[in-house]
Amino acid sequence: MCSLEKRGRLFILKLTGDGEHRLNPTLLDSLRSTINQIRPDPSSSQSVLITTSDGKFFSNGYDLALAETNPSLSVLMDSKLRSLVADLISLPMPTIAAVTGHASAAGCILAMSHDYVLMRRDRGFLYMSELDIELKVPAWFMALIRVKIGSPAARRDVMLTAAKVTAEMGVEMGIVDSAYDSAAETVEAAVRLGEEIIQRGGDGHVYGKMRETLLREVLVHTIGEDESGSSVMRNTGSKL
Amino acid sequence: MCTLEKRGDLFHLTLTGDDEHRFHPDTITSVLSLLEQAKSQSTKGSVLITTGHGKFFSNGFDLAWAQSAGLGAIERMHQMVKSFKPVLAALLDLPMPTIAALNGHAAASGLMFALSHDYVFMRKDRGVLYMSEVDIGLPVPDYFSALVVAKVGSGIARRELLLSGKKLKGEEAVALGIVDSAAHDSAEGVVEATVSLGESLAAKKWNGEVYASIRRSLYPELCRMLELTANNLATHNH
Repeated sequence: MCSLEKRGRLFILKLTGDGEHRLNPTLLDSLRSTINQIRPDPSSSQSVLITTSDGKFFSNGYDLALAETNPSLSVLMDSKLRSLVADLISLPMPTIAAVTGHASAAGCILAMSHDYVLMRRDRGFLYMSELDIELKVPAWFMALIRVKIGSPAARRDVMLTAAKVTAEMGVEMGIVDSAYDSAAETVEAAVRLGEEIIQRGGDGHVYGKMRETLLREVLVHTIGEDESGSSVMRNTGSKL
Repeated sequence: MCTLEKRGDLFHLTLTGDDEHRFHPDTITSVLSLLEQAKSQSTKGSVLITTGHGKFFSNGFDLAWAQSAGLGAIERMHQMVKSFKPVLAALLDLPMPTIAALNGHAAASGLMFALSHDYVFMRKDRGVLYMSEVDIGLPVPDYFSALVVAKVGSGIARRELLLSGKKLKGEEAVALGIVDSAAHDSAEGVVEATVSLGESLAAKKWNGEVYASIRRSLYPELCRMLELTANNLATHNH
């Protein structure tokens, strides 16, 4: 499901295995509990978290097949991802997503919930697929999109053309910080960046608080707000 | 005054005639009813392209009509500002991608009309964007500002648009991130480019209700002001 490695003062969280890393309740619980292990670590206020994955996918979004068998699971998955993202936003250390594969819909949101997004340029894209597969977009996803993508035209392209955003496009749009020639290089660059950040010093707790204020609009949605029932809703006969 | 034509997947809304296409209670009613028509006839893959004939896309509200009422001028202005809101709401709510092909000048409410579309293309050689209010001493309605804030990202661009009284030409408008393109040297060129974009969007065969719902959720503050619920649950018949 996922693994946690400590490399010096860096934490490397990895979505393991060759599958699509669909954000089902089990994986979400696993990710959350893993991240919560990091918090009480004594070095945590001077650390950095890097999140990456094995295989072709960073994450291909919610487990929609599961949601079809039981609609209440879609509410559960959305609620668990919200809690995970709230945890990431309050985490007392900078976070880096080393995107080495496709990140779609909820998977894209997970990647974008990190402070830095580093991505491989040779393969893979960020893809808010909802328009293409007729899936409702939770309001809190939109809050994150608005905070993380500054240009109205880029937001429109991401959400209203369901653009498949390569690393290069992402850099241009201001969604991705930097692009690399392979998965391995992306992770190496994330490690280098993490180490630079640690060198700079600073108090992770203060950092975490500041990030919360910056992403306040997202947190307002993630901390059990308005969304009743169907946040993840398949609108009609799917194209999936 | 204005016409609606369907060619394949594309709806063409045209502000006809060689005049300034000013928004007046009658034009507002016409445009609203044509937008309603497009909405009722929409299917998967529908796209709207709005353009005009002549030198102007639209030069704003019909101030002469307001002023001709003498003491009743202010009341007429209020009436136009109030009745124009549903036009922008209808565009924000339209269940299909929308493209404005600016044949010429777009000022004040005429510019707001343009900016309410998902994509805005203008001419490179002619036509300006102009928020005239600061020059003629008219306050800008709150929903106009909300639209500018929603669609124009940079503080500098917003200032140039709302506070500078500048007449922005195509290339500058692109540089400021206000319009998507100013690459063509004729009205025909702009329309052709928008048709090309329209056809590629139409080919996606998107569900219009889903599209409109996602669009509304991109602009929650604006939708609140236009009295549209951001993120309505879409209703479908299939």
